[in-house]
Amino acid sequence: MNMHVTSEAVEADNSNAWRDFAAGNWTREVAVRDFIIANVTPYVGDAAFLAPVTGRTEALWGKLKDLLKAERDNGGVLDVDASHVSSIATHGPGYIDRELEQVVGLQTDAPLKRAIMPFGGYRMVKSGLEAYGFKGEDYFDKVFPAIRKTHNDGVFDVYTPEALKCRKSGIITGLPDAYGRGRIIGDYRRVALYGVNRLIADKKAQAASYELDQIDETVLRAREEIADQIRALKELVVMGKTYGFDLSRPAENAREAIQWVYLAYLGAVKEANGAAMSIGRVSSFLDIYIARDIAEGTLSEAEAQELIDHFVMKLRIVRFLRTPEYDQLFSGDPTWVTEVIGGMAHDGRTLVTKSSFRFLHTLETLGPAPEPNLTVLWSEQLPKGFKEFCALTSIRTSSIQYESDDLMRPYWGDDYGIACCVSAMRIGKQMQFFGARANLAKTLLYAINGGRDEISGEQVGMTMAPVTGDVLDFEDVKAKLIPMMGWLARVYVNALNAIHYMHDKYMYERLEMALHDRDILRTMACGIAGLSVAADSLSAIKYAKVKVIRDARGLATDFEIEGSYPAFGNNDDRVDDIAVWLTETFMNQLRKQKTYRGSVATQSILTITSNVVYGKKTGSTPDGRKAGQPFAPGANPMHGRDVKGAMASMASVSKLPYAHAQDGISYTFTIVPSALGATDEDRVENLIGLLSGYFQGNGHHINVNVFDRETLLHAMDHPELYPQLTIRVSGYAVNFIKLTREQQLDVISRTFHGLN
Amino acid sequence: MDSTNAQLREVPQPSRPVREVRPVVRGFVHSSEAGGAVDGPGVRFVLFVSGCPLRCQYCHNPDTWHTRQGKETTSREALAEIASYSAFLKRAHGGVTISGGEPMVQPDFLREVLHGSKAMGLHTAIDTSGYLGHHIGDDILADIDLVLLDIKAFSEATYHEVTGVKLKPTLDFARRLAAMGKPIWLRYVLVPGLTDKMDEISELARFAAGLGNVERVDVLPFHKMGEFKWDDCGRPYKLKDTQPPSAELTEEVRNVFRAEGLLTH
Repeated sequence: MNMHVTSEAVEADNSNAWRDFAAGNWTREVAVRDFIIANVTPYVGDAAFLAPVTGRTEALWGKLKDLLKAERDNGGVLDVDASHVSSIATHGPGYIDRELEQVVGLQTDAPLKRAIMPFGGYRMVKSGLEAYGFKGEDYFDKVFPAIRKTHNDGVFDVYTPEALKCRKSGIITGLPDAYGRGRIIGDYRRVALYGVNRLIADKKAQAASYELDQIDETVLRAREEIADQIRALKELVVMGKTYGFDLSRPAENAREAIQWVYLAYLGAVKEANGAAMSIGRVSSFLDIYIARDIAEGTLSEAEAQELIDHFVMKLRIVRFLRTPEYDQLFSGDPTWVTEVIGGMAHDGRTLVTKSSFRFLHTLETLGPAPEPNLTVLWSEQLPKGFKEFCALTSIRTSSIQYESDDLMRPYWGDDYGIACCVSAMRIGKQMQFFGARANLAKTLLYAINGGRDEISGEQVGMTMAPVTGDVLDFEDVKAKLIPMMGWLARVYVNALNAIHYMHDKYMYERLEMALHDRDILRTMACGIAGLSVAADSLSAIKYAKVKVIRDARGLATDFEIEGSYPAFGNNDDRVDDIAVWLTETFMNQLRKQKTYRGSVATQSILTITSNVVYGKKTGSTPDGRKAGQPFAPGANPMHGRDVKGAMASMASVSKLPYAHAQDGISYTFTIVPSALGATDEDRVENLIGLLSGYFQGNGHHINVNVFDRETLLHAMDHPELYPQLTIRVSGYAVNFIKLTREQQLDVISRTFHGLN
Repeated sequence: MDSTNAQLREVPQPSRPVREVRPVVRGFVHSSEAGGAVDGPGVRFVLFVSGCPLRCQYCHNPDTWHTRQGKETTSREALAEIASYSAFLKRAHGGVTISGGEPMVQPDFLREVLHGSKAMGLHTAIDTSGYLGHHIGDDILADIDLVLLDIKAFSEATYHEVTGVKLKPTLDFARRLAAMGKPIWLRYVLVPGLTDKMDEISELARFAAGLGNVERVDVLPFHKMGEFKWDDCGRPYKLKDTQPPSAELTEEVRNVFRAEGLLTH
């Protein structure tokens, strides 16, 4: 709910900022979606209008490229401000080149200089600094945790021994218990449309709405959070002033709108080092300002592109200080500055605008890059010219991911964004408690081994009778797996409850939450890894003969398969049904749990690059995968087992029910250019065909890579030649050369469609 | 939901009985690819049947020469698989391509799979050398929307050297298709030292242009990706020392076709 603020003074102030905008509900209350629907100019043409890169952009990007190279040469981190604890207004203004920059603002006083944010966990900051040869101020050691407790300290105060064991064994991995949870998207557009003063007035009205007869814990928390949010908004105004802008008032033109949105986002990434810090859905919002300026004759197409280019450059250099262990999980220094582009409005019009093209065009003007994480919301109804431009850009850059707007719009409306990779949420009206993921393949091994870990031998899972025979029986294993999944769901959600309770307490994202409504939907975003391994294992048990090989401890540590079995990824219902069953069964176990703050349990089928680490921590599985070998990423079929062609692989993945995986189902697709068609036109048409076929069959998400394996092999040996080689992995994109060698090999071993 | 849509689209076709009883025919299949994008327009379900009377020197699927080396199946099974992709294929503006091997080696199987595919409302194509064109009747051709016709050389001597069989049946088939107005995509594999005689290529281009139904020409540079299969089959591979054609030569050959007004890739 937004509070209705009727202040005539506020409205009078907006007359210039809102000139020529169609009025509506949005003028009376904070309602950005309503503003967009009333004022957006859908664009159904092709890419011909786009302007080439300007000299100023080239010069600025040239400087950044040098800095990015220096960052790589320096082992991944260029510099760190180890003296100041970062917050919204802690650092003075920073510039890359003040003369050239059309959009300004850096996280610290210099580009690529990382800030420290110890409230998530001080040890993490300390080891991050040490790993890259830096040292924090000595007094930090005295402050943390003796004087100031962190989120990390809080979580470990309350973790149960069971949770600790699961964390150690790796059946649950990547929990945000020592760094920012992220996956919250502030509605940064509000700052541009309304100005901070109006937003503060709205928040004050919200606080007043909590002057209740019974001031209990819930109300107190709400009142304290709103007070913190107002404080953060005030700090944002202070930060804006250091760059010479008055964010207290609304933006009056496109240049300001972009600057305002960016500074609001910058405030968020100065305050919180969330794992994923999406920007939201800003391109078509900004287009309204750009279209107005162009109509007024104050902005040219080249200048509009330049503004977008400079904005995107800033989004490309968002940095957080991480530890090498973190990088192993989430490789390539990702920040998931996810921007969604396109989609349809409820009224049937497309939300594609010229600025949708301009954002994608940055992959041409600046070259390919992993960030921002450009995400096209695909609908069958998207204009043809836009579909063609997306496909062509994918073929050239492998830098775009696609998600089905036709599938998500009924769930999340027509103003949702994507947090991280695949997690949809209504902008400013919904947030999630990021829950990383549980290892389904290992859970299956626990079911076989009576809850004992196949690597350590420790009793980690619930104690139950292990499988005793020499040959695995499908019904027997299934009957043991169901309670084991129930046990895992319980421990998992309990751990997440602890994490998010403490995160709200010690590392509350004040600014991001200031850019939300008072009452929001919260989801408890759980996840699963190793789905195809678990499904194939059950398929092998059911359709082939799987013999158990036990070690001296009596644990099943290896398996021998006689005969063949249908593998996930070949459009074979015998195994695809098992994958669907696993998804639904685990989700239903999650739904039984009591979740923190009334959040709604959801799950994703997504691994990011952690499929490698999950594989490392999991013993041999009944599908024939050997101990330590990587899982397939996300919902992908296992490498090389999807042998019936792209359509078959897609068909299997799209059977996974979104209703039971509402946090998203990630699928990474790689095809060699020659297999996509003989000419550019053929390739564009065929890629559109594949996307249309996949999405109309209920596919949720797809990463599209178009390149040859040889290119990657060459890039491994000659990274200096491929500074911008971008590939899509599970739900995001990375610079290929920034992956660890192990992860590079994993990517290369994946199925490339079109190779014999 | 998909099948419902497909059925709805099928309803307004009164000429075809709603339930047509068709024979179930045995067939031999090498493999299939669900989602090929280089064997006809759009995204395609490609069924590679086994058996081929030609012995092309550059064949990259020598393991499809003998019909019974393939996996035995039935037209019903093949069609059931195709049906699972029919919504996808329609959305992707694709269809079904029967390749091989040589699809015309198994005319009855070919007939049923094509007919069943058309009944689903799918675009159909065959990838053929045309050598067995006289084997198939007009009833089969009626269920084919496009013929991917590989003409491997344009003189009897060269054709025989490349394939071990005669050229004439292929040309007869091409003329028959022309007379019916059935679209052809012509394919020409360019092998240095074997099929790079410019005068022959010019004649082929003139012939193709004269047919009037050649919509597109694909000049395919020879590659050796199938070489290992020859070793696996224990057959001597004559083109061990042949290199793929240069980009310049390939372009030159394409220009010969373009000069005749043919859309060429």
